[in-house]
Amino acid sequence: MKLFGDLWASFILALSNLGSQCRFLMLLVWRTPRALLRFQLISDQVYNSGALSLVIIMLSGLFVGMVLALQGFTLLQRFGSESALGTAAALGLVKELGPVITALLFAGRAGTALASEIGLMRATDQLSAMEMMAVDPIRRVVVPRFIGGIIAMPLLSVVFCMIGIFGAQLVGVQIMGVDQGSFWSQMRAAVELKDITEGIVKSMAFGVACSLIAVYAGYHAVPTAEGVGRATTRTVVTSAVVTLFLDYLLTSVFL
Amino acid sequence: MDPIEPLIQIRGLDYSINGRSIFKNLDIDVPSGKVTAFMGPSGTGKTTLLRLITGQLFADRGTVIVDGQDVTSLSTDGIYRLRRRMGMLFQNGALLTDIDVFENVAFPLREHTRLPERLLRQLVLMKLQAVGLRGAAELMPAELSGGMSRRVALARAIVMDPQILIYDEPFVGLDPISMGVVLRLIRHLNDVMGLTSIVVSHDVKEISAVADLSYLLSGGGVAAKGTPRELHDNPSEIVHQFMGGLADGPVPFHYPAPDYYESLLARGRGR
Ligand SMILES: Nc1ncnc2c1ncn2[C@@H]1O[C@H](COP(=O)(O)OP(=O)(O)O)[C@@H](O)[C@H]1O
Ligand SMILES: [Mg+2]
Repeated sequence: MKLFGDLWASFILALSNLGSQCRFLMLLVWRTPRALLRFQLISDQVYNSGALSLVIIMLSGLFVGMVLALQGFTLLQRFGSESALGTAAALGLVKELGPVITALLFAGRAGTALASEIGLMRATDQLSAMEMMAVDPIRRVVVPRFIGGIIAMPLLSVVFCMIGIFGAQLVGVQIMGVDQGSFWSQMRAAVELKDITEGIVKSMAFGVACSLIAVYAGYHAVPTAEGVGRATTRTVVTSAVVTLFLDYLLTSVFL
Repeated sequence: MDPIEPLIQIRGLDYSINGRSIFKNLDIDVPSGKVTAFMGPSGTGKTTLLRLITGQLFADRGTVIVDGQDVTSLSTDGIYRLRRRMGMLFQNGALLTDIDVFENVAFPLREHTRLPERLLRQLVLMKLQAVGLRGAAELMPAELSGGMSRRVALARAIVMDPQILIYDEPFVGLDPISMGVVLRLIRHLNDVMGLTSIVVSHDVKEISAVADLSYLLSGGGVAAKGTPRELHDNPSEIVHQFMGGLADGPVPFHYPAPDYYESLLARGRGR
């Protein structure tokens, strides 16, 4: 009975949290047009989030592609269709692994940095100081970081996929001996525009979700060292769950 | 005492946080062109009062009139317009940590004006010169001492030539020399720039040296008001306790607690 009550309470809490996240999203969208006028601020943030995550994205992309080729090769070999390895790797990366793993890594690297940066600005009165200088901190600090994350995510995802395919080629063709020609030609024949669209749409959706979660957690952090720490933890956990949930949702939409 | 209309006029102000009353029926006048001090023990609501004046918080009841406008009934735009005429110095400076000293001081100018770079540079260097830190323009906030941060924040607060300058605990954590510097700056800027200054502090000695008028806040209202001299000679017990720095008096040393003897005898963490 107590367990049920607790579950119910946390369900209500999650729901009201979702509500205030949506309100915050409205607020951000409402202030976006004027923030877009200062493109420099946004491009700085794209660079920040992108550069922060680039190395880890490239490394992970390489390894994921290589593993995919190993697993795919042993599986496809059973059916005697190793030459489809290029297609399998590319589809897996573009539609699924690229957007999802990029989002998870982005949340862990750039998302936590965003949350703790904004949280610390709140804890050290920098946001209040801006308000007192008649500068709206949402427009000046939060929106550029939010938009920057949204732009950076698909770019990072593209990088991840390209390196992943390169890694798959490395293992599949160079080590396992799949024919180089059929690896590429089958891939080019089988991957359609629709698959690429699915990947891009997913990573844009993850970009909105992960950036929103990060800036929301930072902006609403309890202004103490502990509060900022908790905000960064929550960023990672929430981003991961929301990303995987959205992934299921979008996959079923694109079927 | 008040020959001219006060610049800030607070009447019948009630304010409470989470049902706990902070101010009850508070009346305060801040005369134009003077240095006014708000003194009082920690937790009386001095910072809260500043936030009420600057429109970061809103009163439950009463009016807060700043230069003829009632802050409690202004729109967000109106408040932002009003704040352009105010500068505020936060307790720890609150400099933006990702840009250097020069850019910190330039920040309000870049946000609100489109001055040519040359003119902007001159303005910023003038204000940094006024606080004695022109040589530190290239440093990052993390490289500054506490006193220097506060002086940079002061330069930033005056860069838009405000009408009202507000200081929240400007002396906390400063060594005696820095304290003297800040103290002199407060007086100097007030007189040279024709400002109206509000200084929140619990450092009785320092503030008495600079304030034209002091309010002693306690228990949600004004416990005493007057020039530093008048406060010093005030016979009331609470003023005596605060000005003399006595540990116990009308403001108790102990946070309210159940009987000490019984707490000690109770078992475990029993209360
Ligand atoms: N956000 C808040 N939530 C709850 N209580 C608060 C909050 N801000 C201030 N208080 C309480 O209001 C009182 C006045 O705070 P403050 O204005 O900071 O005092 P002072 O600046 O005089 O030390 C304190 O007792 C503090 O505990
Ligand atoms: Mg305070």
